This record gives sequence, structure tokens and C-alpha cells, in this order.
Amino acid sequence: MTLLIPRRRRAPDAAGRPTYLILGAVTLLFLAPFYYMLVAASRPMSEMNVWPPPLLPGDDLWTNVLTAIRQQSIGLALVNSLLVSVTITVATVLFCTLAGYAFAKMRFRGRNVLFGITIGTMMIPTSLSVVPLYSIMADLGLAGTLPSVVLPSLVTAFGVFFMRQYLLQSVPDDLIKAARMDGATSLRTVWSIVLPIARPGMAVLGMLTFMTAWNDYFWPVITLNSTNPTVQVALNNLGSGYVPDTAVIMAGTLVGTLPVLVVFVLLGRQIVGGIIAGAVKG
Amino acid sequence: MLIETRAAAPPLDVPAAGEPLPPAAGAPRRRSWRSRLHAAEARTAPYAYVAPFFAIFLAFGLFPLIYTAWISLHRYRLGSRMSWIGLDNYVWLFSNPSFYNALWKTITIGVLSTVPQLAIALGLAHLLNYKLRGRTFLRVAMLMPYATSVAAATLVFALIFGRDAGLVNGLLGAVGIDPVDWRNGDWTAQIAISVIVIWRWTGYNALIYLAGMQSIPADLYKAAAMDGANRWQQFLHVTLPGLRPTILFTIVVSTIGASQLFGEPLLFGGGQANGGPANQYQTLGLFMYQQGWQFGQLGRAATVAWVMFLLIIALVLLNAWVARRRTER
Repeated sequence: MTLLIPRRRRAPDAAGRPTYLILGAVTLLFLAPFYYMLVAASRPMSEMNVWPPPLLPGDDLWTNVLTAIRQQSIGLALVNSLLVSVTITVATVLFCTLAGYAFAKMRFRGRNVLFGITIGTMMIPTSLSVVPLYSIMADLGLAGTLPSVVLPSLVTAFGVFFMRQYLLQSVPDDLIKAARMDGATSLRTVWSIVLPIARPGMAVLGMLTFMTAWNDYFWPVITLNSTNPTVQVALNNLGSGYVPDTAVIMAGTLVGTLPVLVVFVLLGRQIVGGIIAGAVKG
Repeated sequence: MLIETRAAAPPLDVPAAGEPLPPAAGAPRRRSWRSRLHAAEARTAPYAYVAPFFAIFLAFGLFPLIYTAWISLHRYRLGSRMSWIGLDNYVWLFSNPSFYNALWKTITIGVLSTVPQLAIALGLAHLLNYKLRGRTFLRVAMLMPYATSVAAATLVFALIFGRDAGLVNGLLGAVGIDPVDWRNGDWTAQIAISVIVIWRWTGYNALIYLAGMQSIPADLYKAAAMDGANRWQQFLHVTLPGLRPTILFTIVVSTIGASQLFGEPLLFGGGQANGGPANQYQTLGLFMYQQGWQFGQLGRAATVAWVMFLLIIALVLLNAWVARRRTER
């Protein structure tokens, strides 16, 4: 019967010229702001304030970057952001993988309730909890410090969900059973069987977590001050009129955005794959 | 994602690995201390694995969320102690025109940003679903705005939407339209802010749709083609229905995101929490921030946050209801 059906649409159709044209134009629109960031960051402000603005990068990039670093402690902000993001990423990947494994492959009392709480709150934005967080951090004497940024982000419900879905499919139950028969402890099983298999999923979760941590804005802006900022807090100060120089603002923006963009361009393929996988499974 | 996750949840009778095994036939009846220890480890292991997650999650996730409701019943000024005032904050909130303004602006900016964003994403996904050369490049390029922080994106767009030498006004001038004062106008500022949101999230949603499209069975298209459906009809009658759960998912996620809009209007207005001189783009998120950290009224800020929370719950329930009703029909 299937033999009689014309084999259309089995593989996706090849794209025609209009498809390429539209996609090309849209891609250009998506990328143009990055280019404009570079143009504005590499020229004195006076040149950006007249019409028509220049469309090619100028020679002042270093001057502007150095001014940004001096005026808004962008250097310190980069170090702080790196510390915060790496800590959050390592903790999130570790704790969420362990919890995800327990939810995926183990049976224990209270599992369904606990997992229900986890996914039930997954959609609740953390920005709604800033008032209590602020008072908790003040009580702990952590207001304005990096730990106040790190602590609430050490785990995410999404991470647990993501790793659970990943492990559910990728770790064969027989393998775990076999390890147990051989007398392996649970921890041993996790270490020598689960973690190696989980690695690709952990990598994707790690990249997504790092990106989110690097870009986190609301809570850091509330808890940190301008003397000890993360990159986003420094950008917030740049944009809040302390430095009315657009060239310096754009230079700071460029420096603050570059690290995560580099990671993204290098590992973009995996991140895209992870987002698609997360969407299908999620 | 609530709906999605429920659909994706596996049957609960997954073979359990951590369960203590029944003693094998013929094994000695008295188990050695070693095997007992082994069993004890297996019993406690799952709790040990979820413990770090739940300890942090409860302390810094769940507890603050619920504590917000408690704080909203107090007068709580920055730097002083809480004192019980019952529902006074709510009376204040619901009789405050600024709250209704912020609610309204959140809705209009939400619609202005979400509807085009999802529509464009759907079209893009359709195009990306063809066999393409350079598709990895295209996908990565489309996700780059998503990797950019709110602050960075907003600062660039504030420049692009500048009144005197911004690119947008320049392009409008080229076709004979007078310069627009994007920031100080009412709708213009809302549109500019929506453009930032659209720029950051369209590619992400396009990839989500693409993933959904690729999981639609090819047979459905074959059958539709057999029935003489052209491309457009196939899109309408196969792709769209097949994507329905995905579309609902993106609607929920984008709506929740839109209800929280904060960084874009804050930085578009140069760091001012008022959302423009006439509050033309003061969202609920900005309103909360203004109450809490500009006016020092943390109790009122918590009240705003709790109302936002209830709104989100209502949205999710509404969505679940719509989704169920559509399936029943």
C-alpha cells in the first residue's frame, strides 16, 4: 500500500530562493544590533550623535573600552560575573543531576509529591520573591555580597526536570540493576555508570545555566551596589545615566556581552540541540 | 510548561533501581552486615540525592515565594521592622491608579511583544524546516539575541531608537517620515520596548516550533498531499494542529515572561523606575521595584509581587482550561 503513495515529503523539501532571501534578511536583522554595538563602541560619541551615523567601525575601541573599565569597574564586574556564573553552573549541574537521577530511576516514598512540587513551581518567576530574598540576605548579613547573588541560583527546578528527562531515556534500567547485582553501592553506580552517560546532558544544562547566570539582571541589580557589581549591574549603572557617553556605554556593553557570545558561537550547535531536545521532551 | 510536563511525565511504574532486592533464592537467610549496610545505603540514597536540591530550593525558592504573601500583610519599610496591618496594602493597591496603569501597560506591551514574536517565529520555523544549506549557522544566528542580556540588548536598542541620530528615525526619514520621539511618546515607547523583546525571543521560539514541526509524522503530510492539499493547506491543516501543544506552551511561557517585564523598560528609560515621564511604559515589575527600592515600601512591593503571582496562576489555569476544552471538542 505504501508503495503506491508518491514519496513526497519524506525528506524535507529543498528550500527555494525566496526562502533563502527571507531567512537571510531576518538573520541580518538579528545580527545587526551586534554590529551596531561594535560601530558605536569604536567611535567617539560626537560621531554617533549626528545624522547619518557612521556604519563602519572606527579606531577608538580601546580608548572607549578602557574608559568603560575605569568608570564602571567593568574589569571587576567581569571577574565577579565569572565567579558567580561558574559557581552557579557547577552547583546546578551537580545537584540537579543527582536529584534528576533519583526522580528518573529510583523509587522512594514521597517521590511523586516532591517531583510535583518541583515542576509545579518551575514556571514561577524568581523575580516575584525578591522582597523576602532581600530581607533574608540582610538578616544573614549578605546584602550586597556575591553570595547573595549565588545562593538563590544554586539549583533550579528546570535543571532537575531537564536531567530527569535526559536520564529517563538514556540510562538503561538493566545496567543499574546489573551494577547492583555485582554489589555496587548506589553511589558507586552513580559515579561509574550514571555520570558518564549523563555527561552530554550535563554539558547542555551547564551551558544554559552559565548563560542564564551571566545574564541574570533583576535580583543582582537589587542586591548589589555599584562598588561590587556583576556585569549586568555594571551595565545597569552605565545605562542609568552615570555616564552619559554612548560610546563608553556601548564599549562596556560589548565587553560584557562578548564572553557569553564567544561561548555561544563556539558551542552554539550543542546549545541549539539542547534547547530543541528540551522543548521536545519538555 | 505545566501542561507539557504532565504530558511528558512517564508512567509511574518505572522499574525502580534503588529498591532493595528480594533475597535471591537459596541465599543464606541471615544477611551479613555488609549486605545490610548495602541495603541501607540503597534505601537512603535517593533522599541523599534530592536533599541538596531541596534544601536550597526550599530556603531560597519556595520559602521566599510564600513569605511574600506574609510580608504583604505588613507595613515594612526598608531598614526597619515589619508591623502587621492586615489587608491595608491591598486596599492601597486596588485604589491606586498607578497600579491599574502599570497593569494596563503590562498587558499592552505584553500583547505588542508576544503576538508578533510568536507569529514571526512560526513563519521562520516553517522556512527553517526546509532542507537548507547553512542551517546550523542560521539557527545559531537566530539564537544569538537570546544569549544577549536584557541590559545589553536594551542599551543598544535605546541607541537605535534615539531621537536625533537613531537608525530607526534615519530610515524613517529616508522614506519621508518625520523623526519620532520614541522614548517620550506613549505608544512609541511601548513599541520600541516590544521590539527589544521580539528581537530577543523570536529566534528561541522559532527553534521550539521547529522542534515541534519535526516531530509531526511525515505520513500526515503524505496523506494531505494525497488529498490534494497544497503547501499552504498542509500548513493550516497538518502543521498548525500538530503544533498545538507547542504553541500553547510558548504562549504560556511568553505570557509569563511578559508579565515580569522589568529590565527593558527600566533601562530604556535610562534607569528610571517611573517608566517614562507619564508612566507610559511602567510595567508591574517596574512598579514593584519603584515601591520597594525607590520609595522603600517593601510591604507594598511584596503586595504587588503577590498579586502578580496570583495573576500568573490565573493565566496558567485559564490556559489549561482552554487546552482541555479544545481537546474535548
